[in-house]
Amino acid sequence: MTNQLLARLPASPVLDRATANAFVDEHIVPFAGAWDLAGAVPEGLLARIADAGLWAPFLAPELGGAGMDMVTLGEIHEEVGRGCSSVRSLLTVHTMLSWALSRFGSPDQVQQWGPALAAGQQLGAFCLSETGAGSDAAAITTTATPAGAGWVLNGVKKWITGGQLADLFLVFAQGPHSMVALLVPRSTPGVQVRPIEDMLGTRASMLAEIAFTDVELGRGALIGPSGFASGMVLAGVLDVGRYSVAAGSVGIIQACLDASASYSSHRVVGGSPLRDLALIQAKVSDMVTDVRAARMLCAEAGRLKDAGDPGTIMATWIAKYFASTAAARHATEAVQIHGANGCSPHYPVARYYRDAKVMEIIEGSNEIQRITIAGEAYREQAR
Amino acid sequence: MTDTTITAEILAFVKGRFPQAEFSAADDIFSIGYVNSLFAMELVMFIEKAFAITIPNDELRIDNFRTAAAMTDLVTRQRSAVLVG
Ligand SMILES: Cc1cc2nc3c(=O)[nH]c(=O)nc-3n(C[C@H](O)[C@H](O)[C@H](O)COP(=O)(O)OP(=O)(O)OC[C@H]3O[C@@H](n4cnc5c(N)ncnc54)[C@H](O)[C@@H]3O)c2cc1C
Repeated sequence: MTNQLLARLPASPVLDRATANAFVDEHIVPFAGAWDLAGAVPEGLLARIADAGLWAPFLAPELGGAGMDMVTLGEIHEEVGRGCSSVRSLLTVHTMLSWALSRFGSPDQVQQWGPALAAGQQLGAFCLSETGAGSDAAAITTTATPAGAGWVLNGVKKWITGGQLADLFLVFAQGPHSMVALLVPRSTPGVQVRPIEDMLGTRASMLAEIAFTDVELGRGALIGPSGFASGMVLAGVLDVGRYSVAAGSVGIIQACLDASASYSSHRVVGGSPLRDLALIQAKVSDMVTDVRAARMLCAEAGRLKDAGDPGTIMATWIAKYFASTAAARHATEAVQIHGANGCSPHYPVARYYRDAKVMEIIEGSNEIQRITIAGEAYREQAR
Repeated sequence: MTDTTITAEILAFVKGRFPQAEFSAADDIFSIGYVNSLFAMELVMFIEKAFAITIPNDELRIDNFRTAAAMTDLVTRQRSAVLVG
């Protein structure tokens, strides 16, 4: 099916794992390899996702969302991640901005942006990282200076997923006393979007560098009312993003398992299929075990989110650490099982391998996750 | 639920997160230096869940979270707002 034909077919609403599974198999899986090679997703796909109500289904029904719970949202992001990590990344950053709006937005901000974000008419992106600041978010140098009744924003954000497409940026900057979070429409004078291409993984996630030069914003751009709350906006947004990446990583493991089980059933070596070899079975059995374990960790994090339990923050760190490292491990083994074919663009496992590596870096790198999780262990021990 | 019970629950949560520190209801938990935005987020989630309230944006001020006593006042204020509303 061509992308043009894809663009004309209606998509049914996605409400749960089963409908997400069908949507992904029909609208994403057959094309993800081509998008990866092209380094872009087609416009038609964005409309398909909007038709399916997939952009921000957790938003309240009065805003056009479905009031979806976080467990189900995680399941849907897993399914999308199974098909294409680039698309899941676009959902992740849109989710982060939409969540910040719903949790910390003023009634005016929610009314202004909520319905368009729910409908996917406006796409969101998350702007924290800079050339000199990634893991160390406090090192950002972008400034938001109070001016008149509003703000003037100056700085350059790097590695912004969806930056090429987004209409609205959630930008973190140094304010007069602490970090502040601002909603910045792409159309504001002084905003410049420069595409970043040829990344190792999530190649179709439309990355960009975003420069803000003397960008004048009204008072209403500030999201979260004070310095104290801005720190929480960042912590909360990263938590939601981490949850989505954890779920997407489970999807990568599932995709590795599906591809490996299928390939090893057909590929004959020394007169018998690979699946008969104990060393291949060991790899597949580890994939089966880890995908279940990672899925359960994500479900636990989601359940705690739905219950408003603060334990969700650590549960999400753990889920993301486990799922992303397992995805990287199993993507390596999936390529191994495929031999030379696994290194070619004709099989999806090379893409899973490249995408899985990214999962170990974004939304809290492996090292930062380990530091945070170990901190929890020592705190528990001191009790 | 009395103010004393609310304060005790809040102190138990804070001490659970920082077992090595000693806090009383009047101690400024931010001045002790343990608090980061992650903990602030956990604190807000804990208060909202434990006391079945939603803290509005304009109450998300650091002064409302400095001490267990200030948090107790916040909870009491929000609970009565819910009852009145
Ligand atoms: C594909 C992709 C998409 C991205 N999308 C976005 C986006 O949408 N928005 C956004 O704001 N950013 C985005 N990022 C940036 C991402 O968040 C950062 O890359 C990440 O936070 C790591 O920061 P860094 O790259 O600057 O690495 P650094 O912070 O320079 O770290 C380099 C290495 O040192 C390790 N390290 C750092 N500190 C410590 C420590 N204390 N102890 C031990 N090891 C440490 C790190 O784990 C890492 O391995 C994206 C990145 C990629 C690759």
